Amino acid sequence: MSVLLVAEHNNKELKPFTLNASTAASQIDSDVHAVIIGHNCDEAAKALSELPLIKKVIQVEAPHYENFVAENFAPVIVKLAENYSHIISSANTFGKNLMPRIAAALDTSQISDIIKVIAPDTFLRPIYAGNAFATVKSKDAKKCVTIRPTSFDPCESLGGSAPIEKADPVEEFAKTKFIKREEVKSDRPELGTARVVVSGGRGMQSGDNFKLITSLADKLNAAIGASRAAVDAGYISNDHQVGQTGKVVVPDLYIAVGISGAIQHLAGMKESKVIVAINKDGEAPIFSVADYGLEADLFEAVPQFLEELNKLNTIQK
Amino acid sequence: MKILVAVKRVIDYNVQIRVKEDNTGVVTDNVKMSTNPPDDNAIEEAVKIKEAGKATEVVAVSIGEEKAQETVRKALAVGADRGILVKTDGIIEPLAVSKLLQKIVEKEKPDLVFMGKQAIDDDCNQTGQMLSALLNWPQATFASKIEIKDGKLEVTREIDEGLETIEINVPAIVTCDLRLNEPRYASLPNIMKAKKKPIEQLNASDLGVDITPRIEQVKVEEPPKRKAGIKVSSVAELVQKLKNEAKVI
Repeated sequence: MSVLLVAEHNNKELKPFTLNASTAASQIDSDVHAVIIGHNCDEAAKALSELPLIKKVIQVEAPHYENFVAENFAPVIVKLAENYSHIISSANTFGKNLMPRIAAALDTSQISDIIKVIAPDTFLRPIYAGNAFATVKSKDAKKCVTIRPTSFDPCESLGGSAPIEKADPVEEFAKTKFIKREEVKSDRPELGTARVVVSGGRGMQSGDNFKLITSLADKLNAAIGASRAAVDAGYISNDHQVGQTGKVVVPDLYIAVGISGAIQHLAGMKESKVIVAINKDGEAPIFSVADYGLEADLFEAVPQFLEELNKLNTIQK
Repeated sequence: MKILVAVKRVIDYNVQIRVKEDNTGVVTDNVKMSTNPPDDNAIEEAVKIKEAGKATEVVAVSIGEEKAQETVRKALAVGADRGILVKTDGIIEPLAVSKLLQKIVEKEKPDLVFMGKQAIDDDCNQTGQMLSALLNWPQATFASKIEIKDGKLEVTREIDEGLETIEINVPAIVTCDLRLNEPRYASLPNIMKAKKKPIEQLNASDLGVDITPRIEQVKVEEPPKRKAGIKVSSVAELVQKLKNEAKVI
């Protein structure tokens, strides 16, 4: 049976992780259909139909789908579910909020946050914040699976022309009202998808000193991250937090500055391709995961780092 | 208003977990156990609401082995009025937990159910949403701020893009983010007092819920180790390595 992907979008465009989720879905079965639920979301539906991996798009429109309230979305997907063996979405706050509602309605034990498809019923997923990997096999007839976006490559976004079918909306769930969304706008790459991340920890000593991190990030066109200690100390806002309780990042280059490397921070960044640690404590646990460790006072090392970067002719963006 | 708070007993977040040699799970014998961290935030919020005069009773419930009683007792020590322990053995999946909680909700008739957004052992992030679906109640997940307004809740949620605010009718489920509040420590007198507070014990089998696991845990392994890196002696060497060896800048 086919796989149903739940597309994430903002009514105009697809959210990037929809491409990663499509890849994961296609590894379960090649017949991937995608459902897009929204309001005035024709543009996003068209973009979805252009993904070569998607064989059919189901578009469901109503004003009460404008703001992606899970209580409104879940019944639509439950209604479509009878034709599908798997329901797939990203394990970001969109999918985490939505999928368990679908799974409970279908009486299915959900499998969250997979990092690998081993077989259509068997998946690899991290537990204990990535300190162990569990291989799990679903015995349910219908499977609800969320995927860790950074563990699957984004699929091609152009070249496909899947048919777009309309399906009927379901009545509004009146007990939940969306009020507002405050998106953090930034010229920088988004933390979750940036190629380079520069993070500061408690070693920064103050919010003001985070300027050093900002300068380095500017130079490298990087996103800015932080440890929980730095966030708790009020040096930087919590949307920058990397770790078990923040974001999980997998950039090509992760630079940890003044971060000791608590278990909960390592869980959020240790899958990065190249890790650099700058810390004056040579015994700091961050060095155990760093490809390149520099034991130095960050207040000397970071300005030098900027100088050295200035000497380079080119820096990859 | 009555608030039910679900708490889970997990390996303490400061413990470096070890995978069992036979790959059947992680070592839990002689390992420090604690309340799942965001569940502490859930209890704290419920107690604060009661202290503000907006709730009349806070009931803590845990589902798990006999020893989960300690987790309920800790909730009582920071201000919950009474406890419920639903005893189970072995692995219990979020779907089964939410069905058991549904039975407790039907019996206790709370106006609000709070719990942590995710347990730090299985990292599933499912139970609150599932319970909400089973009850057909509104859900406010990943809550970092809760305001009670005219019998409704205005909840600020931590989402990937920033913050979202929703308004939900009561009864409702709220899953709590670590940013919701700063959980208090139990004082010694309150720990002593908590020993006298009642904990009702039930067996999962008494509640008429099938809790047989639907997911087979094939194996649990150590994650692949990162190969040991090197220490560089200067910033110049670091930049040279990043440029010419790792080729990332």
